[in-house]
Amino acid sequence: MFFLKDVKYKSILDIKNLHIMKNKITCIVGESGSGKTTLLKLLNKMLSPDEGKIFYNGRSIRDMNSIELRRKVVMLSQVPLIFSGSIRDNLLMGLKFSEKPLVSDTILYNILEIVNLHKDLEETADKLSGGEKQRLSLGRILLIDPDVYLLDEPSSSLDEDTEEVIIEKLVSHTKSANKTLVMVTHSKRIAKTFADNIIEIKQGKIVI
Amino acid sequence: MNSIINLGLWQIAAAYIFVIILLFIVKIKGIPREKEILISSIRMTLQLILTGYILLYIFDNSHPLYTILIIVIMEVFAIYNVFKRVKLDLSMNIKKIIALSMASGTILSVLYFILVVINLSPWYEPRYFIPLTGMLIGNSMTGISLGVSRLVDGIHKEKHLIESALMLGATPKMATKEIVDKAFDSAILPTINSMVGMGIVFLPGMMTGQILSGASPITAIEYQIAIMLGILGSVSLTSAIFVQLGYKTFFNEDSQLILEEESN
Repeated sequence: MFFLKDVKYKSILDIKNLHIMKNKITCIVGESGSGKTTLLKLLNKMLSPDEGKIFYNGRSIRDMNSIELRRKVVMLSQVPLIFSGSIRDNLLMGLKFSEKPLVSDTILYNILEIVNLHKDLEETADKLSGGEKQRLSLGRILLIDPDVYLLDEPSSSLDEDTEEVIIEKLVSHTKSANKTLVMVTHSKRIAKTFADNIIEIKQGKIVI
Repeated sequence: MNSIINLGLWQIAAAYIFVIILLFIVKIKGIPREKEILISSIRMTLQLILTGYILLYIFDNSHPLYTILIIVIMEVFAIYNVFKRVKLDLSMNIKKIIALSMASGTILSVLYFILVVINLSPWYEPRYFIPLTGMLIGNSMTGISLGVSRLVDGIHKEKHLIESALMLGATPKMATKEIVDKAFDSAILPTINSMVGMGIVFLPGMMTGQILSGASPITAIEYQIAIMLGILGSVSLTSAIFVQLGYKTFFNEDSQLILEEESN
């Protein structure tokens, strides 16, 4: 699915060869500041490498339209993005951004179920706790239904039990829908439990 | 109507008593502003005297080239003033957009105002063209300064929100919509607010000037209404062009947000 060849980004990343497999769960682990987020951002062209090439399904992403690529390869930032308005508004915002048709409340409640957020769609999103906001953001990108999910520490504001539950649901959802999931996590335990492949980054270089 | 009272030299000199009173007050209070007060009073006096004589010359020797030259000087001064007023670092690209929006927005409004609303003949008649254009440019300058501050500041402050939206597949336009709308709103708000108080809370400078120089209040009001609408048009057009083009300078051709500092 993704292939990176001699990719360099400033002094942050230096990757000789990297394959990211289709329909698999890939976890990126490493200390903070090692370049994990930068790697995710390179995959959906939020950043462009100074050197080297990145291929998506055999095509160099340099030749692809950034917006179109990002609608197939959606990234969830570590800081949850919450707009003023209701939970419904927030869920639908992702569809509006990616210019996809809006969906019924039944589908929205199904999504909330997947991310374990048992709230009313009418509730104000601003009032949610940090962990709830993170789950809402997660629900938003599940709704977009892209080919690839790039998740940057999707469970950083959750406690360990909730984290386990959410990641498990997320993984089974992406597997059953035949999607590719690339997830940055600081937790080696999560990576070992759920990942098909683990990429460890140390000071911008891949160690395994 | 009574004849116009021309101010004699000693009468103008008597008005400087207010500067002396202010100097006295800041001296007593120990506020270190004497220098600025003196410099600004002297600058105001000299600039106005100079302008007075230049206008006198131009009115007596009316020529389209003189009118155009004055407008160009006003535009350049106004654009430079916007750069100075906005207390933020501005990129070269955004400066170009400011200059472009100021020039195109004000010139379009001025032409419409002079040719259609006032129906001035000859079109370059400096007695009308110069003061009316000055008012449109001056107000647009104030409006666009507020819009620029709000846009640049908003994009820096909401960097994470914009990036998160881009990551979800939003176009730069979608990702900055809220900031762009707020910037436009803050640019036009002072003009809208000033219309509300007009005639009741204060008499606008132009109208006061016309009345003092002997025009009928009705004529003065006709001009004031027209110029207010002209200002509204010019401020809106200038700010709309600016925000529509301005936000784009923060993105590269790959729809990536480009600010000085990059986070890992």
